[in-house]
Amino acid sequence: MAAEREPPPLGEARQPELEELEDGEDLFTSTVSTLESSPSSPEPASLPTEDISINSNGPKPAEIILDDDREDLFAATEEVSLDSPEREPILSPDPTPAITPVTPTTLVTPRMESKSITAPVIFDRSREEIEEEANGDVFDIEINVSDPEKVGDGMNAYMAYRVTTKTSLSMFHKNEFSVKRRFSDFLGLHSKLATKYLHVGYIVPPAPEKSIVGMTKVKVGKEDSSSTEFVEKRRAALERYLQRTVKHPTLLQDPDLRQFLESSELPRAVNTQALSGAGILRMVNKAADAVNKMTIKMNESDAWFEEKQQQFENLDQQLRKLHSNVEALVCHRKELSANTAAFAKSAAMLGNSEDHTALSRALSQLAEVEEKIDQLHQEQAFADFYVFSELLGDYIRLIAAVKGVLDHRMKCWQKWQDAQVTLQKKREAEAKLQLANKPDKLQQAKDEIKEWETKVQQGERDFEQISKTIRKEVGRFEKERVKDFKTVIIKYLESLVQTQQQLIKYWEAFLPEAKAIA
Amino acid sequence: QSALRSTPLRAINVDLQTDAALQVDISDALSERDKVKFTVHTKSSLPNFKQNEFSVVRQHEEFIWLHDSFVENEDYAGYIIPPAPPRPDFDASREKLQKLGEGEGSMTKEEFTKMKQELEAEYLAIFKKTVAMHEVFLCRVAAHPILRKDLNFHVFLEYNQDLSVRGKNKKEKLEDFFKNMVKSADGVIVSGIKDVDDFFEHERTFLVEYHNRVKDASGKSDKMTRSHKSVADDCNRIGSSLYTLGTQDSTDMCKFFLKVSELFDKTRKIEARVSADEDLKLSDLLKYYLRESQAAKDLLYRRSRSLVDYENANKALDKARAKNKDVLQAETTQQVCCQKFEKISESAKQELVDFKTRRVAAFRKNLVELAELELKHAKVIKTYFGCKTLRVCLSVMKIMGQAFDLLTI
Repeated sequence: MAAEREPPPLGEARQPELEELEDGEDLFTSTVSTLESSPSSPEPASLPTEDISINSNGPKPAEIILDDDREDLFAATEEVSLDSPEREPILSPDPTPAITPVTPTTLVTPRMESKSITAPVIFDRSREEIEEEANGDVFDIEINVSDPEKVGDGMNAYMAYRVTTKTSLSMFHKNEFSVKRRFSDFLGLHSKLATKYLHVGYIVPPAPEKSIVGMTKVKVGKEDSSSTEFVEKRRAALERYLQRTVKHPTLLQDPDLRQFLESSELPRAVNTQALSGAGILRMVNKAADAVNKMTIKMNESDAWFEEKQQQFENLDQQLRKLHSNVEALVCHRKELSANTAAFAKSAAMLGNSEDHTALSRALSQLAEVEEKIDQLHQEQAFADFYVFSELLGDYIRLIAAVKGVLDHRMKCWQKWQDAQVTLQKKREAEAKLQLANKPDKLQQAKDEIKEWETKVQQGERDFEQISKTIRKEVGRFEKERVKDFKTVIIKYLESLVQTQQQLIKYWEAFLPEAKAIA
Repeated sequence: QSALRSTPLRAINVDLQTDAALQVDISDALSERDKVKFTVHTKSSLPNFKQNEFSVVRQHEEFIWLHDSFVENEDYAGYIIPPAPPRPDFDASREKLQKLGEGEGSMTKEEFTKMKQELEAEYLAIFKKTVAMHEVFLCRVAAHPILRKDLNFHVFLEYNQDLSVRGKNKKEKLEDFFKNMVKSADGVIVSGIKDVDDFFEHERTFLVEYHNRVKDASGKSDKMTRSHKSVADDCNRIGSSLYTLGTQDSTDMCKFFLKVSELFDKTRKIEARVSADEDLKLSDLLKYYLRESQAAKDLLYRRSRSLVDYENANKALDKARAKNKDVLQAETTQQVCCQKFEKISESAKQELVDFKTRRVAAFRKNLVELAELELKHAKVIKTYFGCKTLRVCLSVMKIMGQAFDLLTI
């Protein structure tokens, strides 16, 4: 890919433009090789927005190959591995979305046909998925968290947030309603959802973190910018949390969620307090889990999971690094803003003492320009932070949730294995009893065997269920991740553009003043 | 006190470059371990020199020697002595390079190369700056009608052996320190005396205030420029992180990440240049005028000092006349002081007028250039964002976002 191609100045001949566009084309062909299964969707190499020749990509869809072809529009490859029959590609409808709006349907069928290797499974699944998606079609719910209000005084004070829901879904009583909730309510909701869904493999979005320092400042009533910032940061985080939660089709059906959004009175969730009995129990459990994790050596027969585990580890590391870099940027930009403001004042003073009139005026103008630039820097820092940094933080927490879900699967497997071991022991015991010829104990043994056989079957079913759920969830997660990141980065880039435009305006206004110094 | 002869104040536009009689520049410079060797190149049609064009190699200490010789020369008391160039300081930069070398194992190859390039660029920038500042000093001397005739100056330019000017040893530095303290204490006393001459009174008030404010502005400008550089460095690191994310990501985000990382890189280079330009055009300008305004203050101090001497000589003469003892001696002293004072006052006036002209011209040049550079950079960054490729990306991304929604139906 062209590394240092300078952007051609606008208004140049079409030929170079096309060249540039091909560059953009490259952006969207995924270079995933056959060995990696990429459950996320490929993207169109080009769209008819600019004068790109769609022809170059036209014939391609027909020849959908499952191997690594860079030009392949639908390079959502499948792993054709035979050792994991229960694994289902989480692909089906997903690849198809990314088609040029021109010919959506015609390109779908060739795709389906090519998957003849595991065709029946796909078709079944795809129908099932399409149905699900169809239900989500009327997925129309918008959540806003606003109006933070301090309630009460002193150390018992808390912030109440207004949660407004606008929806056309039938499961809710009204189309638009709002309630007042406090932070611990959100934590309570998360805790309920987590208990219900995490251990069966659903990735439950994590709630925003507690902050004792931040909250104390607010409680004590410090009305300074850092506490307003803190409240705003929390409000935005709560909003994002709810939006993510309702986007999850399964969680949306949950009655607890509905109650949270709808009912005007909510029982106080005391178990969320850090130092409560439940809190301490949680901490103990977490520690126990960590120990257990180290001792479970799972015999991973499914390469998909092994690979995903590794992938999420890497992603976690990378995101953390990026997050800390962005936080440094936010910090430095704030510093820059402060220093620019200080310089502006100083320049104004200098202008005042300068006795050459025109130079004096120019210096004052410079001071004004720098002041405006300071504002710009502040806004940019704001954008850096809210748009970019918070998203990264959210995803780091989400990945922790994903890892948690993968851990649950391991525990589930362990349980199944343990059941098998116990069953084996019971069988051996029964065999011994048979030889020893003790009829009454024998019956008991046979009953126990039956019981454990059921348990083993259940264990196996649970394991398969959780594996299936996780695959679906991970697919969904990756889709969401792609969407989220793109939206955010675009917004961020747009903010950068804005800043530059403003800078240009300010300096253009200043230049004649500087030139006017005689 | 005698009335000052008012001379028509010539506002010479001192253009430091175009005087053919004597042109000095630093044509080359070499940075060795802990010193910098400047090649001072002279072109002159003056008869004082053996050749018309010649070069010598000088080090920083020799510049300082020259400057100090001007300061200590009583004949030059009435002139603003061009401020000495600051000592070349590569310590910080060298330290950073060293740290980078030590930490080489802990970062990826790309990161290392990037940071190395950055630090090398920084080093080069500092180097260029120190050359420029030494050159400006020489040019100012060469352009000054009186100073350019100084013998030491000619020796400095022409003598192609080492001037054997050693740096001041500890004892001498201590002496200097005390001298300065005495001078500033004296300066406070002397400045308390109100000047009868309006022009000088106004100049003194102006210079004191101006000097303080330039100092403040210079410091703040420095801080601002450094912050700017930090931001650029952060963008650099973010670019690297995005790049790593891009190479490791298996979803179709990877190409996107790589592209955004490239963008950050390009932006960062520009931001670094913005900060370097601000540094040059703004911070350096302010720093220079900080030094020059100090030199101007020194001139005023010398004049005030000579005024005090003159007044004291007057008083002594009156006393002598009253006592009728050593009158002739007192008269001579008084004459000498009077002449000295008048000489200083006359040249000081011209010097201060020139100072203002130079100052205004320098500020104008630098502010215009600063604005033009800032504009250029902002426009370039904007084209990166506005370039066809990225615009396609953005619009495609938006449409894709919609396509996603469309096809979940």
